Formats: sequence, C-alpha cells, structure tokens
Amino acid sequence: MMRFVASLGAAVLAVFAAIGRVAIFTAQTISHLVRPPFYPREFGQALLQIGYFSLPVVGLTAFFTGGALALQIYAGGARFSAEAVVPQIVAIGMVRELGPVLVGLMIAARVTSSIAAEIATMKVTEQIDALVTLSTHPMKYLTLPRVLAATLVMPLLVGVGDVIGIFGGYIVGTQRLGFNAAAYLQNTADFLEVRDVVSSLTKGAVFGFIAALMGCYYGMQSERGAMGVGRATKGSVVAAAVLILAANFLLTEAFFSV
Amino acid sequence: MIRLANVHKSFGDNHVLRGASLHVPKGQSMVVIGGSGTGKSVLIKSVLGLVKPDSGKIEVNGQDVARADRDAFLARFGMLFQGGALFDSLTVWQNVAFRLLRGSLKRPLDEARAVAIEKLRRVGLDKDVADRLPAELSGGMQKRVGLARAIAADPEIIFFDEPTTGLDPIMAGVINDLIREIVTEMGATAVTITHDMTSARAIADQVAMLHAGKVRWCGPINELDTTDDPYVQQFIHGRADGPIAALR
Ligand SMILES: Nc1ncnc2c1ncn2[C@@H]1O[C@H](COP(=O)(O)OP(=O)(O)OP(=O)(O)O)[C@@H](O)[C@H]1O
Ligand SMILES: [Mg+2]
Repeated sequence: MMRFVASLGAAVLAVFAAIGRVAIFTAQTISHLVRPPFYPREFGQALLQIGYFSLPVVGLTAFFTGGALALQIYAGGARFSAEAVVPQIVAIGMVRELGPVLVGLMIAARVTSSIAAEIATMKVTEQIDALVTLSTHPMKYLTLPRVLAATLVMPLLVGVGDVIGIFGGYIVGTQRLGFNAAAYLQNTADFLEVRDVVSSLTKGAVFGFIAALMGCYYGMQSERGAMGVGRATKGSVVAAAVLILAANFLLTEAFFSV
Repeated sequence: MIRLANVHKSFGDNHVLRGASLHVPKGQSMVVIGGSGTGKSVLIKSVLGLVKPDSGKIEVNGQDVARADRDAFLARFGMLFQGGALFDSLTVWQNVAFRLLRGSLKRPLDEARAVAIEKLRRVGLDKDVADRLPAELSGGMQKRVGLARAIAADPEIIFFDEPTTGLDPIMAGVINDLIREIVTEMGATAVTITHDMTSARAIADQVAMLHAGKVRWCGPINELDTTDDPYVQQFIHGRADGPIAALR
C-alpha cells in the first residue's frame, strides 16, 4: 500500500516537473520575441515549410472530410426527414470543430515530427553546441522562428481547410444528394456567424503554437544517439496531438458555453 | 589566459573529471593528450559552458566563465568539434561564413563568401566544394570545413578537438602548419586535443596529459620525451603494458 502511494506520488511529481519544464521553455521562447537579434531568413523558411508546403495535405484532408460529413448528415437527417440541414451542419461542423482539429492534427503529424527530428539530430550531432560557439542562441535561431511562423500561418491554413471542407460538402451535396447549388451556398453563408469563424482561426493559432513548440521542446530535450532522436520525435507528436485536443475542448468551452 | 582549477564533472555515476587543473597562457599552444574517454572533450566544453561543471573554477582572462558575459567571450572564440558539427541544411561556404552572415559580425554577402573561400583554401579545400552540402563531403573534408569555420572570424582563442583525425598524413601536415601559423602569426591562444603524437609535436608549446579525471602531467613540449612519468612514457610510445591499464 505504502509503495503504491509512493509511486503514485512520484508519478504526480514527475508530471508537475514536466509541466514546469514546458512552461519555462514556453516563457523563454516568448521572451526572445522582444530581444534581438532576429533571424528573418529562418522565419521565412519556416513560413514556407509549415504554411505553404502543408497546403496539399490540408486541402485533401478537409475536402474528403467535408464530403463524408455531408453524406452522414444526409443519411442521419433522413431518419427524421431533416435532410435539408446538410449545408448548415456541414458549415458549423467544419468551421467550429473539424477544420481546426483536423488541420491541427495533420500539422502535428507533418510539422511537429519534422521539427523534432531535425532539432534532435542537430542536438545529437553537436550542431546546437556549435551554434552556441558561433554566438547564436539556439532558441532565437531555431525555436522562435518556427513557433512564430506556425502561430501566424495556422489560422490561414485552418481558413483554407474550412473553405475546402465546405466545398467538399457542397460538391457531394449538389452532385450526389440533389441540392440546388445556389441555395446550398446561400444557406451556408446565412447560417455561419462571425463568432464561428473567429473561434476557428483562434483555434488555428493556438494549435500552431502548440505543434511547433512541442517539436522544438522535444527536439531540444533529445538524448544522444539515433534512439534519442526517435524517442523525441514520437514524444513530440503524441504530446502535440493530445495538447491540441485538450486545448480544443477548452477553447470550445470558452467560445460556445451557454 | 585560460585557467581551470579543480574542476569536477559527473554524468550520472560516471565520474569523468575529478579535479582537473590546467593553465593555458596567452598566445600559447596547449596540446591535451590522454586516453579515449578520459574526458578531454568534456574538459574543453566546460570552458565554453556547453557542459556545466559540478564544482571547480574556470577563468578566461581573469573572469569566471560562470558569471562573465558569455556573448562577449564567445565573440572572439572559435571551436572545431570532434565530429565536425556542420549545419547540414547550409552549404559549405554558408557554414564557414556563419558568423559573417548574421549577428554583430555581419558583412556583405559577397565579402562573406570571399572570406569563406579563402579559409577553405587554407585548409586545402578547392572553391568548388563551397556550394556543396556537408553530407556530400568525405569525413576528412567535413573536418576541414569545421576547421575553416572555427577560424573564419579570426578568433583570439581557438579549441581544436582532434583536428587531424581522419586525414591523410600530408593533409595532417598542412593542418598542423596552419594551427602553428594561427598561433605564431595571429597571436591566438590555442587548445588542441589530439591522439596523433606527430601532430602534437608540430603544434604544441605545452602538453598536458589527462588521466583518471586529472591533469596527470603538464610541461613544455621539449620535456615530453625526457620526463620520467611512466604514464606519459607509456602513452607517447603507445605501449600496451604499463601503469595505464588497457582492458583486453
Ligand atoms: N553529454 C554526455 N552525457 C553523458 N555522458 C557523457 C556526455 N559527454 C561525455 N560523456 C562521457 O564522458 C566521458 C568522457 O567523454 P569525452 O568525450 O570527453 O572523451 P574524450 O577524452 O574526448 O575521448 P575521445 O578521445 O575518444 O574523444 C565518456 O565516458 C563519455 O561517455
Ligand atoms: Mg573527444
């Protein structure tokens, strides 16, 4: 019994210690936002890598999800002859929830993992140490550009995802389910509120911040060797995905609780 | 110039440095020798603050490195890492000119490139490697790029971690001459780790031997052969038997 309590206590302490480390890392990252030097070239590259090159995967994910959503709502709505709500529910579902969450998870898979693997490799091959000896702060040079780029570009990606998701629903709605094209769009536009869009883009920014921060954090914490890199990458993706889903719940609560 | 006093460092229960003390006078070339895994790399990394010593004191120019302004100190400093540690996302010349492309030493692009190509030439690399990526070079070439990067901003203090390992004998000679030149002509203070006794004799003013976490012997290069320290004698003659136990 005592042993059980002790190990439970140790686990709780470990969790708090981890939270503390992440919090310190976050604070350090943010503090570099106002302290020069800045590295605009690295920032530009991060924008390109995280934003532009993620567009295909975001587009495909959103398109298929929007289409599937339309089919499901139609089938489900038909049970109590409410098929007509497809445009409205697709719009709400995509913009409020599925757009930000799916884009967030795709970014966790695509961006978090690559940031973590890159930084961890730099760490185990002493490139981070070399940066320090070349008077370059690793947090400024590696972490800040990536976290800032992800935070700024994710709302755009989520916006694109929302639009393409709705478009996926529209294609299925008009081609398969016999909706009138103009009426579908009209219903969508009438139903969405500003608050829906703001919540969507806000979620995007928060998820982008989490995704890049976790990649950098796990990369910097990496142990030595190829196994260290593998472990850092895995840990970063799991942590980013879980934190994104948790943040999604909290943000939904904040925006839409009645 | 650089002074270490009674430095201790452990990784877990691996007690690597156990009271290492060393003094490197300004403008001198110090060569550190010692068995593999005795903590030579850890020793120089602790001067840079890349490894935090558990106890002991490290001073550079009379200033405690734990408290001094590290940026100012690093600005006139260069280091060659044992594994090269080149940035694999940057081309060779961008690696060499890293300091000159950003930060306080920033220079115009073509000027930085010209400096990089000049430094590459000094380590025996042709200018057509300049636009390649580090991964496309051989191990010895990567090492020399690392060396070129270390000396690119004409530092006053330079650490070389095994500069000639992996080089052919002629290239090793070129690098030895280069290091000697940097010390005598530019008045730099150098600390070089090496296992290569030919290289040690070519580079050193002073030699220090690290053993069991301590500097076992330290003296001018011309006393290296005449010292009666059995550890030093065994090491420089590469004998398998002697006071340094070799596990077999
Ligand atoms: N970051 C680290 N974490 C854990 N152990 C380390 C770390 N760095 C070095 N060590 C350990 O410290 C000891 C000394 O390492 P160091 O790299 O200084 O050896 P060395 O004298 O440079 O050897 P070599 O001549 O082979 O390069 C080794 O046992 C190594 O395992
Ligand atoms: Mg070493």
